[in-house]
Amino acid sequence: MFQDITEKFDGVFKKLKGHGKLTEANVSETMRLVRRVLLEADVNFKVAKDFVAGVQDKAMGHDVLKSITPAQQVIKILHDELARLMGTTDSQINESGSGPTIIMLTGLQGSGKTTLAGKLAKHFKARGQSPLLVAADLQRPAAVEQLKVVGEQVGVSVLAELASTPVNVCRQALDVARKSMNDIVIFDTAGRLHVDDELMQELTSIKETTNPDEILFVADGMTGQDAVNTAKEFQNRLDFTGIVLTKLDGDARGGAALSIRAITGKPIKFISNGEKLDALEKFHPDRMASRILGMGDIVTLVERAQGAVDEEKARKLEKKLRRQEFTLEDFYDQLQQIKNMGPMEELLKMIPGAGGKAMKGMQVDEKALVYVEAIINSMTIEERRRPNILNGSRRKRIANGSGTSVQEVNKLLNQFNMMQKMMKKMNKQGLRGMPRLSF
Amino acid sequence: MASLLDKFKRGLAKTKSGLFDEIVNLVQNQYVVDDDFLERVEEILIASDIGVETSLAIVDDLKEHVNRAGFNQSGELIDFLKSRLAARLLENTGEKQAPHDFFVPDVKPFVIMVVGVNGAGKTTTIAKLAKGFQTHGKKVLLAAADTFRAAASEQLEIWAQRVNAAIVKTQHGGDPAAIAFDASKAALARDVDVLIVDTAGRLHTKANLMEELKKIERVLGKAIPGSPQEVMLILDASTGQNAIVQARQFKAAVGVTSVAVTKLDGTAKGGMVLAIGHELNLPIRFVGLGEAVDDLKPFEAQTFVEALFE
Ligand SMILES: Nc1nc2c(ncn2[C@@H]2O[C@H](COP(=O)(O)OP(=O)(O)OP(=O)(O)O)[C@@H](O)[C@H]2O)c(=O)[nH]1
Ligand SMILES: Nc1nc2c(ncn2[C@@H]2O[C@H](COP(=O)(O)OP(=O)(O)OP(=O)(O)O)[C@@H](O)[C@H]2O)c(=O)[nH]1
Ligand SMILES: [Mg+2]
Ligand SMILES: [Mg+2]
Repeated sequence: MFQDITEKFDGVFKKLKGHGKLTEANVSETMRLVRRVLLEADVNFKVAKDFVAGVQDKAMGHDVLKSITPAQQVIKILHDELARLMGTTDSQINESGSGPTIIMLTGLQGSGKTTLAGKLAKHFKARGQSPLLVAADLQRPAAVEQLKVVGEQVGVSVLAELASTPVNVCRQALDVARKSMNDIVIFDTAGRLHVDDELMQELTSIKETTNPDEILFVADGMTGQDAVNTAKEFQNRLDFTGIVLTKLDGDARGGAALSIRAITGKPIKFISNGEKLDALEKFHPDRMASRILGMGDIVTLVERAQGAVDEEKARKLEKKLRRQEFTLEDFYDQLQQIKNMGPMEELLKMIPGAGGKAMKGMQVDEKALVYVEAIINSMTIEERRRPNILNGSRRKRIANGSGTSVQEVNKLLNQFNMMQKMMKKMNKQGLRGMPRLSF
Repeated sequence: MASLLDKFKRGLAKTKSGLFDEIVNLVQNQYVVDDDFLERVEEILIASDIGVETSLAIVDDLKEHVNRAGFNQSGELIDFLKSRLAARLLENTGEKQAPHDFFVPDVKPFVIMVVGVNGAGKTTTIAKLAKGFQTHGKKVLLAAADTFRAAASEQLEIWAQRVNAAIVKTQHGGDPAAIAFDASKAALARDVDVLIVDTAGRLHTKANLMEELKKIERVLGKAIPGSPQEVMLILDASTGQNAIVQARQFKAAVGVTSVAVTKLDGTAKGGMVLAIGHELNLPIRFVGLGEAVDDLKPFEAQTFVEALFE
């Protein structure tokens, strides 16, 4: 996916360079592409429009156009801007000054409220606090039972009054909490649609009756364009204090994060990324930005590459890759540059899809890299340029010279062969966006 | 920075009513068809989660028609657009779409396996389906093969009682495939007409959970050859572009045969089913319009398309 967008931006900038100067058409094409990337990530179309208008100047600035990798620069700008807009200094639960802290969970049906109730209870319990779970969903079949089971799993008490009403249970919970010395009270309310006037009114009543310290809007991270409508209405009715995005353990791009944040201005306090009760995380705006753009943590990687890679060499290498003249000598060079960027394992983790097919079998072993270096060091320049002249006796000499074995030399040559094939394939598919990362 | 956020907020303050008014205007008033108009049509399409690519393709198609057929009244063009969208929805799946005799299957027992991501509305839809079959005089058995989520089988059990269906279940943490097997045997022994298997919600990205689902499907096929005859994927209407990925992955893992779209009683339009029907040849069988057992309706392409413009 990341290759996709890099490639698309690359295409646009290539045309742009051909023209040598910025025209209105160039700018609008780039901005259309930005919009498209956001829409494909489910960012609401109005939010996307405003975002595009906001970043236009920066994204088409002088630095970008001068860069030899404008596509990557633009992506980085988008990334930073996204992260800033979603950013928040506030990911703490508002605590009560006096009496127990009251947290009210709200949201659409099936968004993950009850599960979150359990996760929060677990979180607070682990910090030595004493939470009380309150079953305020008296509507959905077995909703109360579900909360009871969850409460049991984390070992906190659950207040359940089947014959009561949601407002009354919540009111009653405050007394119970005082008596039983609970310092955290969590209301699990029923899922409801923002257009259901009666049920929205019920939430307002709970709020007015109990005056919660924190009202969280729990939203499914896979939500599409409608996220703004629901968030807006929940905010109008409740003026909630924070957002929690759930089900981010999947592969949805999560544009709803930007949409909801943009329309409500409220902080995203947590993300939920699993069904198990410990799958609760602080919100990281930068990671969310990467996700929306369909990248792994590529930004950090680009930054490191910029620090470590010699621009001139990178340009030459790119040419060689295109013409498929990549030799062992270049490979050695690349190795040196990569070494400057940090531990291999860490780098690989940052590459989108590195866990996936393309990188399987490219196990990284730092020790193996030392061998590789030694082997290439023992080759003559001629051998590095034309590995096919490496016959049996040359291989033996190299093995001896590098203190390795012929098998190891063979292994390297095989891997290099494989890599060349892979690069040919990548070239065909056009991995133009990340030439310098192709090691 | 603050100003950009403010700008967002101002722009969005009127999102709901703004978009609504705009669309009513588009449809009712006879605007001149120009680029502005087409851009707004594009926005309506995108706002319904149809997806950028499809939206752009549709608008391009519209442009061409404006040029060729010379539409210049917006009302006319919107009608044309609606018929195109409906046609697109039915194009690949028309004859398979919501057959009116779905509740009168010609196989016995007719086995339905219900799958989908977490919280999509599987269990509730099963209750609705069970009600539909009961109404048609069919004997229904439910299998509580979600042994993972807290109180999942209790939830299904309450529904079973309400719609008067029998249920096979096990304790929490049991083997879902074993439940499917027991339920199949029970279905044969008790001479039921329809067996509906509830499965735990799972994200399509979790390989082990998808394997578990395959196993349930296999076990069903072993216990009752030819089953499950129907594998219904439940999609939440508010889901964005990920719905397409979900459909693709579930279809690849277990032979999904149809889709039901839930929660269409909200403001989400569920436009992603357009791509799903088109790309994956999956008929959209039902829509969910609420939390009660009677809130399941056959999918109608025309009504669905009308709703996109409401
Ligand atoms: N994969 C995944 N599943 C989740 C996550 N959070 C919740 N779920 C699942 O989503 C489904 C719905 O979660 P609930 O906690 O019951 O949602 P709810 O908002 O309480 O639902 P209602 O009360 O019916 O409105 C369940 O299957 C949960 O296990 C998450 O972060 N990741
Ligand atoms: N408004 C509305 N709510 C619905 C509809 N269908 C289901 N729901 C609600 O959505 C929530 C989740 O429904 P479930 O049937 O529990 O979903 P599920 O897919 O079985 O969930 P898991 O088993 O946890 O994955 C519940 O609160 C349902 O009442 C619908 O068509 N409209
Ligand atoms: Mg709940
Ligand atoms: Mg269920």
